[in-house]
Amino acid sequence: VRPSPRYSAIGLVRHGLRKRPWGRAWRKDELQPRYDVVVIGGGVHGLSTAYHLAAQQGIRSVAVLERAYIGSGGSGRNTAIVRANYLTPEGIAFYHRSLELYQELADTLNFNIMYEPRGHLTLGHDDSAMRTLRWRAEVNQVMGVESELLDADGCRRLVPPLDISKDARHPVMGGLWHGPGGIIRHDAVVWGYARAASANGVHVHEATRVTAIRQEIGRVVGVDTERGPIEAPIVIDCAAGWAGEVAAMAGLRLPISTVTLEAAVSEPVRPFLSPILASSNLHIYISQTTRGEVVIGGPVSTFPSYSMRGSLGFLEGVATSVLELIPSLVHLRVLRQWAGICDMTPDAAPIIGATPLAGFFLDVGWGSYGMKAGPAAGESLARLVATGSTPELIAPFGLERFEEGRLVNERGASAVGH
Amino acid sequence: MIPIDCPVCGVRESAEFQYWGEVGEVSTDGSADVREARRAHYLQVNRSGWMLERWLHAAGCGRFIVLERHRTSNRVRDVRPERAPSSAAR
Repeated sequence: VRPSPRYSAIGLVRHGLRKRPWGRAWRKDELQPRYDVVVIGGGVHGLSTAYHLAAQQGIRSVAVLERAYIGSGGSGRNTAIVRANYLTPEGIAFYHRSLELYQELADTLNFNIMYEPRGHLTLGHDDSAMRTLRWRAEVNQVMGVESELLDADGCRRLVPPLDISKDARHPVMGGLWHGPGGIIRHDAVVWGYARAASANGVHVHEATRVTAIRQEIGRVVGVDTERGPIEAPIVIDCAAGWAGEVAAMAGLRLPISTVTLEAAVSEPVRPFLSPILASSNLHIYISQTTRGEVVIGGPVSTFPSYSMRGSLGFLEGVATSVLELIPSLVHLRVLRQWAGICDMTPDAAPIIGATPLAGFFLDVGWGSYGMKAGPAAGESLARLVATGSTPELIAPFGLERFEEGRLVNERGASAVGH
Repeated sequence: MIPIDCPVCGVRESAEFQYWGEVGEVSTDGSADVREARRAHYLQVNRSGWMLERWLHAAGCGRFIVLERHRTSNRVRDVRPERAPSSAAR
């Protein structure tokens, strides 16, 4: 079956009347012995980078190598939240660009990624949290990102079932409201990028694990895969949780610890929660999907782990916190839970750019915020790879910042405990 | 939650312990220049297999222990007390 043509309302009707199955959204190509660029990792970052290389930079000989199936790692396990209200000017500028790309992405890719600007509300329960939220609101406003501080009543107007009583164990003191924040369908983002990349000549190879990175005198010359060797002058590590394992194949050690992040989803219930609700103190975030399920995320594990199993301890912890905020959810039943792994850096900011090994690039350290960053990371990285000069947007996020002692401290901007 | 067999207290849940970092080959004896010291401080081995780690039994005996843990299965083996109290707190 050939890849589907451009999707449109007329095409949908025509196709429906013909009663034929829909084709694959992207091509299956033969593995070539040589590519101009090899991207390791078929998640949102790898596919977005490949798409931008092919569609915007004219580099069409690109292979995306994915060890399982596309979107099987963090891109299919996150809680699908997009927002730009970070803490540092560097972070805000970057995520703001990514959010802009997300807002246009369904048109850009001709694929419905179901972006819903529900708004994002982060609650504060003590003075220290409120201080950080106020700080974020100020920096965001200066940077042109919609963000404002609300009192407890203002929070309750946005989320009517929220418990704002003064005698709660963690009384709500206020919140940070970020209107453009929203949710997307993360699988659709991955499929949309794969389809658009494929239409521009990119080869997407699933079930193709990289086993070695080959180098000669300080520069990368290709990779070995379980399906045979590939020559390539440029190799990009977009392996998220496994970023360190991939970098180790290139002889590099990264300032990254891999940790587990868990999430759960409830049975579908009637719509009661429009915005995304997060809490800086309780380290949880919840949203309700269009189908009515409540998606719940929690803190990352307190020790490094590559385990992708959900745990009872996590459920107990988030259930306690969710009921603290919305007591009426007491009878809500959990439908399923899962875990993913995150590549955490010491400053909770990513690592994008060149490395001491010529031709080997990093797009890693995306911790628990990779999904929302995929579009801008791919756009910037493709520009760097194609032109050799680092775009301003990602200049602060080079690997050398750790050695040079100029960290980008983004730790206060996340709802999950790091 | 993973069980850890503390040499002093016996088997306890990991929630009682704090992870204090990799037991690495890098040492900061003060002779390194600032760039080297930062590398030693930030760079991680972070492999998905067996790793040697330093933990503190914070809610138990308060001792530092060294153990081997498989970072994918989270299985723990070879737990032993840390001999000398390390001054190179990470």
